[in-house]
This record gives sequence, structure tokens and C-alpha cells, in this order.
Amino acid sequence: MVPDVEFTSYYGRPILKPSPWAEDIPAYLFFGGLAGGSALLGAGADLTDRPVLRRRARLTALGAIGVSLVALVHDLGRPARFLNMLRVAKPTSPMSIGTWILSAFGPFVGLAAAAEFPRLAPRPLRGLLRRAGRPAGLTAAVIAPAVASYTAVLLSDTATPTWHESYRELPFVFVGSASMASGGMGMLVAPVDEAGPARRMAVGGALLDLAAIQKMESSAGIAAETLHKGRAGVLMRLGKSLTAAGLLGTALGGRDRRVAAAAGLALLGGSACGRFGVFYAGQESAADPKYTVVPQRERVAGRS
Amino acid sequence: MAHELYGPQPDVAGASGWSAEDKKPRMGFFTDTSVCIGCKACEVACKEWNGVPDDGFNLLGTSYDNTGSLGASTWRHVAFIEQRAPGPSDVEAVDEATGSAVQGEARTDFRWLMSSDVCKHCTHAACLDVCPTGSLFRTEFGTVVVQDDICNGCGYCVPACPFGVIDRRTGGKAVKNNGIAQKCTLCYDRLGVGMTPACAQTCPTESIQFGDLDELRERADARLRELHGTGVNEAQLYLHDPEDGIGGGGAMFLLLDEPETYGLPPDPVVTTRDLPDMWKQAALAAAGLALGAIASFLGRRR
Repeated sequence: MVPDVEFTSYYGRPILKPSPWAEDIPAYLFFGGLAGGSALLGAGADLTDRPVLRRRARLTALGAIGVSLVALVHDLGRPARFLNMLRVAKPTSPMSIGTWILSAFGPFVGLAAAAEFPRLAPRPLRGLLRRAGRPAGLTAAVIAPAVASYTAVLLSDTATPTWHESYRELPFVFVGSASMASGGMGMLVAPVDEAGPARRMAVGGALLDLAAIQKMESSAGIAAETLHKGRAGVLMRLGKSLTAAGLLGTALGGRDRRVAAAAGLALLGGSACGRFGVFYAGQESAADPKYTVVPQRERVAGRS
Repeated sequence: MAHELYGPQPDVAGASGWSAEDKKPRMGFFTDTSVCIGCKACEVACKEWNGVPDDGFNLLGTSYDNTGSLGASTWRHVAFIEQRAPGPSDVEAVDEATGSAVQGEARTDFRWLMSSDVCKHCTHAACLDVCPTGSLFRTEFGTVVVQDDICNGCGYCVPACPFGVIDRRTGGKAVKNNGIAQKCTLCYDRLGVGMTPACAQTCPTESIQFGDLDELRERADARLRELHGTGVNEAQLYLHDPEDGIGGGGAMFLLLDEPETYGLPPDPVVTTRDLPDMWKQAALAAAGLALGAIASFLGRRR
């Protein structure tokens, strides 16, 4: 930890404003990651003839993207104006880009999931719907990595010290988190003889997530402090423990149905804790003038 | 891309797509805090003209400042700082009984710092860059304004601002523009008809000066030279340099102490300066995820 530093402020008041976002946003980060990873899992299962994993991953992706959209709209100050997001396409706005990514992703995820239930369609369309499953699922899978990674840019492209200073590592933290959450979900819902790829996605994701968090904590400077303190600190520690436990369970007992389910739950929990931890750490870093003044003063001193 | 997101930009309106015939000279503020008397007339005039609702009547215990900070319903904020004056004092302590100077004891001189803060209307405005609806836009005067009828209250501009200026208005449905982002418009409606913004119009000491930004910059230079010439060595200009982290402010300040003393960031940088790098990292991570997923399905079936 960095020792206490001297700095001047205006009555200790924050300089920056923390985002006005509620828990909708970290929840969205989690479910968006789960949706992206599950779309990849569903498409892979489709191509490698794993019907149960395919169906359940497609349904997970649809459910998760549905929750994501509800969370995103709910968090707006004016939810009725949600569609104003589609007025423009702005490369300088990660939220604009993200909205377009989700707009492209959502319908294909929906179509791939609907293809699992062709009887829901009117009789003449059933064959068409069944055949649409694979191309829709593959299209969703092509977009999925962007769904899972852009959210890191969404947070980093702010003046919020902890989010901005970790912009190099955060995309890797988030795709790792998405991979382990969707892998964990696959282990939870699919039989073990089909869940091999889910286990591998879980293990790879967990390793990447843990390593990227480690790197983030050492390279974000003083702004990394908030990842260790208070509510964020508790969540980050709990998340790492759950991730490690899930990783171990998957590697050692992933072929046992009950161990696989428990490890899958642990990985889902680890992913969720990490998302909320990063969110709260950022909010804290904006609310304390120390994380604004000290690094900027060091920057000024470094120039002269 | 780097040029658009960072660095000097002498033609902000033009860079935002205003044609040569539609764009106007860039307008802004120069706030000379050395003559601010802390009357708060700017706060009141701003509220009155713009119909900004109250945001609480609180006693904050921070000198005469019961406003606190800029926010969704505070577009001008006067800061009050009570501090010891810098440098040795030439005022001698006086024995109150006799009225004679006390030998060898210089009195510690106290001073007020007062400063009227406002949206900086940055050359590279992060709030505008990140706005996903296009509600925030660059006017023909080079200022940055929220379109109330378009903003959907996503709140992205709030953490993007390196000064903590813009915020989402709360207070319930009865409050005007509840739930959407709000900040100083540099009185866009008044500028359009050739009037001075309400705060500058009302300022009794011309601490808040409004005008053509190039001219204000010269005025700020002249004032700094004048103060340095009279021994006020601590005077410094803030957001006056087009080479700084936000490309210079559309509102600049003459301060008598370090920026953070007034609640201003000492070295603000527009977050979108790093956006190309951020997208690069995200693309790498996305590619990693795609490859990882493919690899998970390769190999022997088990």
C-alpha cells in the first residue's frame, strides 16, 4: 500500500463527480459478459454437435442479454427516451458504440434461442426458423467478443481515476470474467460429457481474470488503492477467492456433476463480485479528491 | 484521430462541422479571482435567468460557501477560502492597550480567496465526446451545450468531466429537466441575440469577464503581468494554455493559489486522449476471447 500523502483540497470535497449509475450498471457488466460468453459457447456447441449445451447456452445468452437491456434502460434518467441512443453513431462514445453492438447482437441471440423452439412459430415458418439457428448463432458469436470487451472501455473512458488508470488491463479483466462466468454457467446447466468446452472456457477465463486483476492492481498507481478498501475491497477479495475455488474445482473435479455445478456457481459468483468491486472502486476514487490531486501533482512535478 | 481528441485546436466550431458562414468567433469567460468580492450575484443571476431550481438550502460550515460545488442545479459556484496570506507581512502587530507597535512581532496576515467557478467549455470536452445521443453539442460560439429535449439521462457525461461540472438532475418529476444532464450553457440564448451571459452581466467588479476568447487570453496575460509587477507573485493563469490537457478552456481563470485549493484539478486531461489506446486494448482482449473460445472446442472430445 502507498503511505498516506499530503495534498490540498477544497474542504475535502470531491473534485470529480462519481457516475450517477446505480447497481444496474455493474449488474449489466456481469450479464453482458455472461451473454457474450454464452453466445460463443452456444455456437461452438452447435458446430461440435453438443445439443444440450447448445440449447442451454443459447437460452442463457438470451436471458442474460434480456436482463442487460432492462438494466440499461432502467438506469437512464429518462428511460422513455432510450431510443435516442440510436440517433447517432459516435466512435468517441463507447456507450454509443456499445448500444450499436448490443443492437446487432441481441436479435441474433434471440433468433438462435428461438430456433430451439421451432414449434413456437406458425407451421410454414418452422423449417425456416430451425435452419436459421446456426447462422444466427454464429453471427451472434462473431459479435460476442465485442459485447464482452467494450464495457471495459465504457468505464475507462471517464475521468474516474481507478477506471481510467486501469484502461490497459480492464478489457482483459472483463473478457476473463465473461469467459469464466459463461463457462461456469455451462458447467452448471449442461451434462458433464458435453461440458468439456465450458470447463476449458471457465479455466482459461479464471486464469486470465486473476492475472489481469493482479496486473491492474500493480499498474494503476495510487488509484488502485480503492480496489483494496471498503466495500470494493471486500468484493474484490471475495471474488478472487470464489474464482480460485471455482478454478480448482473445475480443474480437479469438473467431471463430477455435483462438483461441476458448485464450481460453476463459484465462478459465476467470482465474476459478479469482480464487476461490482471494480464499479465501487471507481465510484470511491472519484469521490475522494486525493485520487485526483495526487497523481496530477506528480504528473506536473514530473514535467518540470 | 489523435489531433481531433487532444492538443491545440484553434477552430473548435469549424472542427465540429460549423460552416465558415455559420460559425461565430469563440466566446468564453475570463474569471479574474483577484477582484472577486464573493457577492454571489453571479450564482443568483444564473439561477434567475436560466430558471435553475434550488438544490437545497444547507449550511455547509465551509466559510461563506453554502453552495458547495457545481452541479446539475448550480452552474456558477463561488468558493470561499480562508487562509494565511503568503509571504512575510509588512503589517506590524499592535498592542491594543497602548496603540503602539509591538516590537519585533509581525502580524500573521489573513486573507480571503474567492472564486466564481463555472463550466470550462473545454476545447476537448469529454462530456461531449462520450455523449451517446448527440444531446451535448458544440455551438457556433465554440461552447458546449446540452439539448434538454434529446438527453435521455444516461449519465455518461458525469464521470467523464475532469472538473466534476456536469451532473444529472434529481428531485422528482415535479422538477424541470429531472433525470437529465444539466450544466452551464454559457447563456446560449443570450449569446444568440448578442447579449452578455447573466453572470458576467451582473458581476459588479468585472471579476467575470465575457468576450471573444482570443481577446480574453490577451487580457489574462496583461492582468498576470500587472499582478506579478506589483508583487503578487502567487498569481497564476489556469486553463489559459491551448497546449494543456484539455486544449485550453473556453473559461479560464486567474488564481491566487494552486488550483486544488479552489477545488479545481491541478492538471486535467481529457479522458478521450487515451481512447484510441483503449479501443486497441479492448480489440486485443476481444480477439483473445474469440481465440480462447475456439481453442476450448478444439482437441479431443471429452
